[in-house]
Amino acid sequence: MNLLGKLSWSAVPFDQPIVMFATALMVVTIVGVVGWVTLKGYVPYLWREWITSVDHKRIGVMYIVLALLMLLRGFTDAIMMRAQQAAAAGGVQGYLPPEHFDQIFSAHGTIMIFFMAMPFVIGLMNFVVPLQLGVRDMAFPTLNSVALWLTASGILLTNISLAVGEFAKTGWVAYPPLSELQFSPGVGVDYYLWALQISGIGTLMTGINFVATILKTRAPGMGYMRMPVFCWTALASNLLIVAAFPVLTATLAMLLLDRYLGFHFFSVDAQGNPMMYVNLFWVWGHPEVYILVLPAFGIFSEVIATFSGKPLFGYRSMVAATMVICVLSFLVWLHHFFTMGASADVNGFFGVMTMIIAVPTGVKVFNWLFTMYGGRVRFTVPVLWSIGFMVTFVIGGITGVLMAVPPADFQLHNSLFLVAHFHNVIIGGVVFGVLAGFNYWFPKAFGFTLDERWGRRSFWCWLIGFYLAFMPLYVLGLLGMTRRMQHYDNVDWQPWLLLAAVGVAVILAGIVCQIVQLVVSIRAREELRDVTGDPWNGRTLEWSTASPPPAWNFAVLPHVAERDTYWVSKKLARAKDGPPTPARGYEPIEMPKNSAIGFVTAFFAVVTGFALIWHIWWMAALGVVGAFVTLLVFAFRDREEFEIAADKIAQFDRGHQAEVAL
Amino acid sequence: MNVAVAIQDIHRDALPSASEAGPAPKRIVVAYGFWIFLLSDIVMFSALFAAYAVLVRATAGGPTGAQLFNQASAAIETACLLASSFTCGLMSLAVGSRRRAATYFLAVVTFVLGAAFLALEIREFADMIARGATPQRSAFLSAFFALVGCHGLHVAAGLVWLAVMMAQVAIKGFRASVERRLFCFALFWHALDIIWVALFTVVYLMGVLP
Repeated sequence: MNLLGKLSWSAVPFDQPIVMFATALMVVTIVGVVGWVTLKGYVPYLWREWITSVDHKRIGVMYIVLALLMLLRGFTDAIMMRAQQAAAAGGVQGYLPPEHFDQIFSAHGTIMIFFMAMPFVIGLMNFVVPLQLGVRDMAFPTLNSVALWLTASGILLTNISLAVGEFAKTGWVAYPPLSELQFSPGVGVDYYLWALQISGIGTLMTGINFVATILKTRAPGMGYMRMPVFCWTALASNLLIVAAFPVLTATLAMLLLDRYLGFHFFSVDAQGNPMMYVNLFWVWGHPEVYILVLPAFGIFSEVIATFSGKPLFGYRSMVAATMVICVLSFLVWLHHFFTMGASADVNGFFGVMTMIIAVPTGVKVFNWLFTMYGGRVRFTVPVLWSIGFMVTFVIGGITGVLMAVPPADFQLHNSLFLVAHFHNVIIGGVVFGVLAGFNYWFPKAFGFTLDERWGRRSFWCWLIGFYLAFMPLYVLGLLGMTRRMQHYDNVDWQPWLLLAAVGVAVILAGIVCQIVQLVVSIRAREELRDVTGDPWNGRTLEWSTASPPPAWNFAVLPHVAERDTYWVSKKLARAKDGPPTPARGYEPIEMPKNSAIGFVTAFFAVVTGFALIWHIWWMAALGVVGAFVTLLVFAFRDREEFEIAADKIAQFDRGHQAEVAL
Repeated sequence: MNVAVAIQDIHRDALPSASEAGPAPKRIVVAYGFWIFLLSDIVMFSALFAAYAVLVRATAGGPTGAQLFNQASAAIETACLLASSFTCGLMSLAVGSRRRAATYFLAVVTFVLGAAFLALEIREFADMIARGATPQRSAFLSAFFALVGCHGLHVAAGLVWLAVMMAQVAIKGFRASVERRLFCFALFWHALDIIWVALFTVVYLMGVLP
């Protein structure tokens, strides 16, 4: 009985220079950042104001920081894959051995979906939704902090796998029987499973929190048909989280039982059923793509209405389309594996449902176009992203409908055509969306706008790079190239893959522009400062408070009388030819106290996860007990809230009003 | 015209509808959030139910449900759990009227009934394993142990929660936060009953059909 389970020095891949270089880079960065923060004496500040914060705005910002970091990690994987495939044709084997290449494409998918797109979308929702609803925080602020830190735990575990052990070589979907112990005896799949289970709990908490927040805590007067569209899409997205993530949890738990205790859910012997995993996985997996893209649709709706200076065209149809997608997303999962061999009727049903779900999406595109039609469109960076999205996403949608035809799918299944399609909708939809949202709400979070020039450069690099990188993959898919190939014999494919590699380089330029944009903007923050809190002439409530908003968001809870309530109140104020400052009665506000429970629980979650991956049972038990004791300590604390005095609020609010008036 | 204006004015002056009433009180929000959690938990169980339904005939030459299930034991388990739900309901009434002694007493009864359920289930599992019907034997048994065991784990977690809540009542009294948690516990306990009813039907009743 080994005290350290399966863990030993042989787990660290000293013999693989690429992995060791990446590990060294990661360790140096982490040690460097932690050391710098400690030396500068920022630790108490970080602990007090950020790590233990239960403020939805801070939590939102931290989610987005995580997402940006993971974008870099996932994109590095993408560059490595493109470089490998550009080279490894015919007699050339490329620089990545198969077992490393397999880990890279698995990590790329896992990281981009779970640890880049999800945190980015959730971060934006966290920051924006309570402000748009006109309230002071989420329904459960402390739960929100726990959810953030559990997500961070999953991210940490995934990145530890780079240095200690290995990551899954099964693709990001980890289909059995390949992912069973028999065929994947290493710890890679275990890293994948525990990272997703831990962060999945966090995501479920987030989903519950948002549904309760949006349905139960809105400013007085904000009926459902007065909610901003972003709140509607956030509601739909979180309803999907609540309904779909438990299925993923159950499915991964079954695979864990198979791997750890010798159960036979998905094994090839004892009458296990591997296809059941595939079905269950996509019962979660298809709603998941709408979990990601619906909030992006919400962002585009806000951006286009604001910068067209018009109310959103067809608000009700937009809401209806969102909720129809929300429901239909559970009826299309089988299109991910038409080749399973279900009957023609079953395939036909799911094919037709897949085509039907494109209809509400089409409705949305027309709504955005009609919103712009006749408006005075200001071509800011968020609008560029939105227009780039509309063109790109329609192309991706059409290729999706093409694959919804089962006979066509039989040809295209698991080919690069599929890879091109889902990157087309996820990059064109989700990534363009969150980057539009990032540029749009950044001034709200930090009080200064982002540099437009570098923003434009970033957009054009991304857009052109995207087409260069993924249009060749459509061609390759039609030529018959399957996905996940470490090497191929057909040298005719190589020119297309070289073109795709060039595309990735152009996207890299876009990412560099983005970093430059951030640096330039922070340097020039005094010139870019916005004191009004409303740099874009916005329509919804988040623009009615200061930038960055105070901890309590609104000195006095706004009263909502119509849709686009802030826009209307500005117009009314202009009509009356005076500032809209009726005497405001300030009252003390109860705010939730900061709590370390999120961070401490996440620490124990990492300990438990790591111990379970390496079969260090005593350490796993210690981690579980630690988490439970943390929960107990939290449950027995005496004061949950603190009061902010009315005169402090009044002072801040009058200061802000004075700045606006200037 | 005037009539229309008048109607509109009446509409304006009327009390705001529930959706426009502003943020709900914390008591409501907490219970609502917990309902959402319970729904998600039931979705998780539905995945396990689906797996069980797919694999119920996949016995791999091993024992079938009809050969394994002891309906008398399952019936007593059901009785214990349903009775504990009833006493849990009585406990909620005692909490509502701030009767501390009655709360403790009914909590103990609930706990004992829940623990009896769990003990019977563990005995059933041990009995099956002793007869070679382990979860490793067949896909059917994997699905059975996972589904029933997951419910059992929920009951165990509920027992721990109940014990902690009694400590909270003892130390903190019936303050608002404790009351909210007791309410959530009651919801949880009743939800486990609902799942058990489905489980009893699908596993123990349908499982012995010829």
